[in-house]
Amino acid sequence: MLGPVDYFLWFASAALELGVVLCAIWKRTFFRYFTLNLYMLAAFVGTLVRYFVLTSFGFSSPHYLYTYYYSDALLTICLYFALMGLFVHVFEEMGLARHVRVATLLLLGGTALFSYQVISGANDRMTDRFVVELSQNLYFVGLVVSYILAGSMMKVRETRLRLIQFVLSFGVYFSALAAFYAARNMFPVLLPYVRWLPALMGTLLPLAWIYAYTKVSEETRLATSHVAAVQHSK
Amino acid sequence: MIASLILVVSIAALLQFFISYCRAILAAYRKVEISAETREVTGIENAHVDGSEFQRLLQLVRLCPEAGDDGLEIRAVRTYYAILNAVRMFFRPVAPAVGSWVEQERASCAYFAAVALDRRIAHSREMMAQLAGRS
Repeated sequence: MLGPVDYFLWFASAALELGVVLCAIWKRTFFRYFTLNLYMLAAFVGTLVRYFVLTSFGFSSPHYLYTYYYSDALLTICLYFALMGLFVHVFEEMGLARHVRVATLLLLGGTALFSYQVISGANDRMTDRFVVELSQNLYFVGLVVSYILAGSMMKVRETRLRLIQFVLSFGVYFSALAAFYAARNMFPVLLPYVRWLPALMGTLLPLAWIYAYTKVSEETRLATSHVAAVQHSK
Repeated sequence: MIASLILVVSIAALLQFFISYCRAILAAYRKVEISAETREVTGIENAHVDGSEFQRLLQLVRLCPEAGDDGLEIRAVRTYYAILNAVRMFFRPVAPAVGSWVEQERASCAYFAAVALDRRIAHSREMMAQLAGRS
């Protein structure tokens, strides 16, 4: 059963997701960061669909369960495309955009195949276990890709603060959710205590993007050495 | 086995991404100069703000009316400061190099709080001026 906190986080994330798109339009960067905004639009639609299924069939219904996990998996795939968009931004001057696109699609296909392989041995309730396993693996691969992207940004000395903030917020989002799904797989008894975490992260990611759109201009530059978590001695 | 590996790696990465995110915010604030008025109010004399001043400056920030656009960064930096304090407590006796890095970061957090205070004071002044203009 959902409580007031769950509903609050739900409506807040929907409002913030829409807020990101509106901020992008307001700042005239909708097409510049098209994949990010497309993800936020998809997330907003996903939130509405989930709410419709919840009110029509109930929280414990299989309809809601399937809608939740499949929309989550689809949105994670959209996030991959958003990440791919950021890769293209970082490597656009080096002419590597096409290679990045191919690599991301291969990674996505590989992750889905790996998850299917892991689960295909199980006989009971294969499909819903597949989606949980797929979510865990997709978030983890997302985390690895974000890590590679953050590392590449340091390597190519990327200085655009807005871009840096997008990538780092992605990293926080993916790692928190990968940890959540892994912990859920290992300790299912903990689920009632941490079930709000995905919803909370669902509000923090758009909040971080709204911050990046409204408070950081496209021209703001920053030395990446100031950002690296582990700083080498000067 | 895979789940436990993912859990450990994800928590480590989460920490690293979060620290980097906070450092990006701090580095952006480092570029902003604190106004003479705020220096006077807070007693800050030069560009360096001591890390131990963070809590006091944050209390002053809370006293000012919210501008409504700095809540996320204040929460993030407050969490980062708490992490730094924990690191300081555990590592300072065994690794002095870590200790000096932590002090530098705490000073950046305090500078961030001073700039946030500066912005809120400016915002309050603007509001007062608007109110005075209306009456």
